Amino acid sequence: MELRFTPEELAFRDEVRAFFAENVPDETRAKMSEGEHLDKDDMVEWTRILNDKGWAVPHWPEEYGGTGWDPMRQYIFLEELQRYPAPSPLPFGVNMVGPVIYTFGNEEQKKRFLPRIANLDDWWCQGFSEPGAGSDLASLKTRAVRDGDHYIVNGQKTWTTLAQYADWIFCLVRTDTEAKKQEGISFLLIDMNTPGIEVRPIITIDGGREVNEVFLTDVKVPVENLVGQENKGWDYAKFLLGNERTNIARVGMSKQRIARVRELAAKEMSGGRPLIEDPRFREKLSSIEIDLKALELTQLRVVAADAKRGNTGRPDPASSILKIKGSEIQQGITHLLMQVMGPHALPYHEDIEGSNEPPIEPDYAGSAAPGYFNYRKVSIYGGSNEIQKNIIAKAVLGL
Amino acid sequence: MDFDLTEEQSILKDSLDRLLADKYDFEKRMKIMAQPDGWSGEMWNAYAEMGLMALPFAEEDGGLGGSPVETMIVMEALGRALVLEPYFATVVLGGGVLRHGASAEQRAEFVPLVAGGELKLALAHTERNSRYDLNHVETVARRDGDGWVLSGQKSVVLGGDAADHIFVTARTAGDIRDMNGIGIFMVDAKAEGLARRSYTNQDGTHAAEISLDGVTVPAASVIGDPGDGLSIIRRVADEAIAALSAEAIGVMEKLHALTLEYLKVRKQFGVPIGAFQVLQHKAVDIFVALEQARSITLYATMMADSDDEDERSRAMNAAKAEIGRAGQLAGENAIQLHGGVGMTMEYAVGHYFKRMTSIDLTFGDHDHHLRRLAERGGLFG
Repeated sequence: MELRFTPEELAFRDEVRAFFAENVPDETRAKMSEGEHLDKDDMVEWTRILNDKGWAVPHWPEEYGGTGWDPMRQYIFLEELQRYPAPSPLPFGVNMVGPVIYTFGNEEQKKRFLPRIANLDDWWCQGFSEPGAGSDLASLKTRAVRDGDHYIVNGQKTWTTLAQYADWIFCLVRTDTEAKKQEGISFLLIDMNTPGIEVRPIITIDGGREVNEVFLTDVKVPVENLVGQENKGWDYAKFLLGNERTNIARVGMSKQRIARVRELAAKEMSGGRPLIEDPRFREKLSSIEIDLKALELTQLRVVAADAKRGNTGRPDPASSILKIKGSEIQQGITHLLMQVMGPHALPYHEDIEGSNEPPIEPDYAGSAAPGYFNYRKVSIYGGSNEIQKNIIAKAVLGL
Repeated sequence: MDFDLTEEQSILKDSLDRLLADKYDFEKRMKIMAQPDGWSGEMWNAYAEMGLMALPFAEEDGGLGGSPVETMIVMEALGRALVLEPYFATVVLGGGVLRHGASAEQRAEFVPLVAGGELKLALAHTERNSRYDLNHVETVARRDGDGWVLSGQKSVVLGGDAADHIFVTARTAGDIRDMNGIGIFMVDAKAEGLARRSYTNQDGTHAAEISLDGVTVPAASVIGDPGDGLSIIRRVADEAIAALSAEAIGVMEKLHALTLEYLKVRKQFGVPIGAFQVLQHKAVDIFVALEQARSITLYATMMADSDDEDERSRAMNAAKAEIGRAGQLAGENAIQLHGGVGMTMEYAVGHYFKRMTSIDLTFGDHDHHLRRLAERGGLFG
């Protein structure tokens, strides 16, 4: 048992820190610190800086552009990225469809898509959820019918994050209506510019447009855009959902948000003194920090086990713990941040581009309440926390 | 970073687990509890033979030079078996005072005796009004020539019933809550003027109320600087917290395992009750609490031998607070999921719940450590 980082790992951490300090655009860092949304250009700019360095897709196999880092270095990289803070690589390409393509796709698909994911030439979005298929994802109804060299796709996807920027969408579609529901699903890559695709915004309670509905009407998709085998899509989807283990807990991001809470609580006054001096407030903050420290160690246990035994790629019940606790902590911090701003969190800042209205003071308060409202999502998406508990009950506890 | 046990550590864990599985199942423990002393001399000797008493002491003092990881392994195992023998009092608390405060001569005299299982120790620090504040000492030490005379009352001295020697803290200078002016004195339990009233705790362990009425202590029995015992006590308390956290992991593992087993065998409405989702989710809550507690215990273990007092104390605050919270959640839910049978003295789960509860009340509960950590500026501050 060795419970500390090795000197080599510490040196690696310093190297990563130094790279971020020199290369993350100041404006991007400032936006992230203040909880503002990044726009597409911010993401593309940063991804290309990372890609030039060879760090855009660290966890991919080296032949597709990965760095060859062991799981501990992967972890340190993401932790430092989130702490700086710098944007995490867009997950839909880098963590979701990319690994599916290099694991199950054909050579043609690998050549065509993987370099463009790494450079963010293609912005991907995820077409899994449907109005009638949320936690029960396998009941999805979007239909793909083979017609010569094409599939004709009809249906509706929803909660599609940042589809408004997307060039491509990876979709779970039903290709066999007779089979058991998990066995009639295929994994299709669809160009968002194909006729018949319509994206409609969903405005969430924070006032933001992060998610969308995507309507597919007689969309013609070339057969060559099928990944792997027809009707095996559910296996690929499970692989995709279980593949992300190093980033799910977002420990680095929570550390950065806690530092932000501390910084603002030193500015905001309560009872004639800075809020950070209020014992009740300090205890709430410390309580979250303790949870986060425990989660960090839980995460490191998973990473160290991966390093030793290799990532099996199967969904690991440990990732369910990381998801449950990680989401609770992230949500707890957004609530605390809103409490820091107190009544100044009340004004609703409409996000109108080109507006000349001055911000309502203090301007850093603007994202506090929306951040809280928005982060209710983290215990819902990616398999709600109740679904995660079902997974643990079945896979770990044998109930 | 590597969380796997080394081969030697695995052997330690396996042999202790085997011993306890063989000699310390729930029925046998109930019999031991019913004996007059409430603990087993035979088991005590078995631990000593395994080298458990010698484990955390330096090799040059006659120990095995074990690290906090070895203590963690032992304490987890003792927790799983709800061991009643005064290992914690003797080796962790008393032994801690020897390791961090005693002179080379004192260590040379006493460590081999402890390591051989021939000497039992206790730390008499807590008083009626001190609660968890380590600096609160009302017991007085008065200079008397080269030596000292102690007078005062000590409460809930863990293992104080069985101890041969007791480390007594007493005020050599200053007011009752001053940081300076606390001395540590090694007192023979049979010393004139020392009276002890022994009793059983809620969890089956034992303690004593100790009164000191003009107990004389020679200079050779003073531990360290008689004006700065607090720094030793703090260090010992931090190690105690890491050890108790590990014991709590053993206890929680059993709370979790017993509950899971019960959910699978107990049938109502024609099905095992574990088929009900509302109960499944409570069982998952216990599991998540256990794993988070295990993680924070690893953190405490990692920090237990740090010489950076501030960093070390913050880690212990965090660990003990988390253990208290997680342990209460696990214990209360375990009883609830067992239903009526969980309320009975003849079934194991209640005993684990009681030990878990006692751990929270030892060396500071959840609220105490959360407050301390907050005062110190938090973990990441």
